[in-house]
Amino acid sequence: MNNIYMPKPYKILSIKKATNIEWLFKVEFDKTEEINYGQFIQISIPKVGEAPISVTDFNIEEGWIEFLIRKVGKVTDILFYLKAGDTLFLRGPYGNGFPFDEKYKDKHLVIVAGGSGCGPVRSMINAVHKKFKSVKKMELILGFKDTNCILFEDDIADWQKENNLVLTVDKLCEGDACDLGISEGLVTQHVDKLDLTDINDLEVVIVGPPIMMKFAAMEFEKHGVPEEKIWLSFERKMSCAVGKCGHCKIDETYVCLEGPVFNYIKGKKLLD
Amino acid sequence: MNLKISMNNISFNESLKKLGKKYKIYGPKLFPFAGRTSDTDLVRYAEVSTIEEMVFDKKSDFSPKEILLPQNETMFYFTEKEYKEPDIEEKDTLIFLKSCDLHSVKRFDEIYLKNKFSDIYYAQRREKIKFVVVGCKTGFDSCFCVSMGTNIPENYSMGINIRDSEVELEILDEELKDIFNGEEKKFKIDTVTENKIELNIPNEINLEDVIDLKLWREYDKRCVACGKCNFVCPTCTCTTTQDIFYTENENTGERKRVWASCHVDGFTDMAGGHEFRKKHGDRMRFKTMHKIGDFKKRFGYHMCTGCGRCDDACPEHISFSNCIKKLIAELGGENE
Repeated sequence: MNNIYMPKPYKILSIKKATNIEWLFKVEFDKTEEINYGQFIQISIPKVGEAPISVTDFNIEEGWIEFLIRKVGKVTDILFYLKAGDTLFLRGPYGNGFPFDEKYKDKHLVIVAGGSGCGPVRSMINAVHKKFKSVKKMELILGFKDTNCILFEDDIADWQKENNLVLTVDKLCEGDACDLGISEGLVTQHVDKLDLTDINDLEVVIVGPPIMMKFAAMEFEKHGVPEEKIWLSFERKMSCAVGKCGHCKIDETYVCLEGPVFNYIKGKKLLD
Repeated sequence: MNLKISMNNISFNESLKKLGKKYKIYGPKLFPFAGRTSDTDLVRYAEVSTIEEMVFDKKSDFSPKEILLPQNETMFYFTEKEYKEPDIEEKDTLIFLKSCDLHSVKRFDEIYLKNKFSDIYYAQRREKIKFVVVGCKTGFDSCFCVSMGTNIPENYSMGINIRDSEVELEILDEELKDIFNGEEKKFKIDTVTENKIELNIPNEINLEDVIDLKLWREYDKRCVACGKCNFVCPTCTCTTTQDIFYTENENTGERKRVWASCHVDGFTDMAGGHEFRKKHGDRMRFKTMHKIGDFKKRFGYHMCTGCGRCDDACPEHISFSNCIKKLIAELGGENE
């Protein structure tokens, strides 16, 4: 019988600094074909424990997977001591991920992401940007606390070339320099900059802190976007990631099994 | 075909002894002066070898769930390079329990054998377990098994009534038929037909209808978030994984799984500090809804078995059945 908790060792290929507290770990992975955008992996470190981390990018041909890791907990603290060539234990992928082929294909896709919420949507943005996946149009609003917190600057520069992209920080400070063209204000304040003329064609993905997702979803509702066209990705404490430990349960829903991606019709009813 | 016989205690114990070669036999056992207050005893599940050792005239303080899912279980032994699974217990297991607790096994199976993935640790133990249901006539003051539909036993290998000088046995399992021999007798396994506490729980309770009710606020202060109710509950299945390492060699250690409680601080804490359900009353609501609302929405039957152990264990004398009553009243149900 298969032990669902057994992690497998994989080699870290490279580590890149994204911000002071967020690093990108590229890791060898043999099950990239199973991955869907927005899914997560349990990173497992002997002596320390396990943590659910979103797959921020992956490459099927080259056989790697990438994580954006923020230094905030027991497991992630230890990760910052590792270097390329070291071993990382993984199990997964878990969760549903975004329903790209069923819902977003050939639609006008709007993605709103806040802070490390950019992690879970990055692989999907990349896939669209690199034309692996087709949409009618993609527009992005990416929000960060301040300019020091901006993630994926190289990617953003790239995405910006072909897509309407609003990069915003909560508050601009004097002397803030960035080549990307930054706006100021919360993501909700920039919804007007999107092309919302044909709402029937629209699908809106919102990923970020709970409070940001709540107000962003309400903002799109105000603009006449129906609930069923809005998608959220949840983050909860998880121990097992396979529907046993109970930590991520909200009402009758297990975020690890039925989530982390929920349609807003369901998501707005998931009350802690 | 089930076989109904009667045996005296001496020959019953002899049969248990024979069975002990192949089985670890568990029953509720009295631990004198081990209760939670001075001069009180503790009844919990432990290995037993005679019928006299088993205590059924008192409610066991803890349920048999610690046999199904140990309070503290090693999932892996690890070195820096390798995870290794622990060896499997070779003996089979026989558990003596009452109908309410037998029903809790179905809840455990639902989570640990089903719910999309099967858990190997639970599955390996579970397939080696047989259950002996012990007749129960009246229950105890805090019980409400009849309201929860757990008073009639299902899926057991053997049923017994413990009488003054004899044991009545209804044997369904072929292997046990060979071990227990006695005079044929007509009888029925005792079941509770009425509890002092009666609840009429609605079939469907929606979270959005109850989340803002004022009744939860009483528990903000009353509940001290000790988690005792979860630990004594025969159906609380939540766990947390914990890694430990050995002081003699810090590069080796174990990944353990320990019981977790949705009432205790930290249950929802994420790395970075975000926490859900800070108020103790909201935790009470979360547990209540799981026991009589959302588990049923997902699996089709209530999680709570009505054993009442949470009431018995609460240091603040919070009554779960009373909480359910108040909730039903708020929702316009029939209870007072």
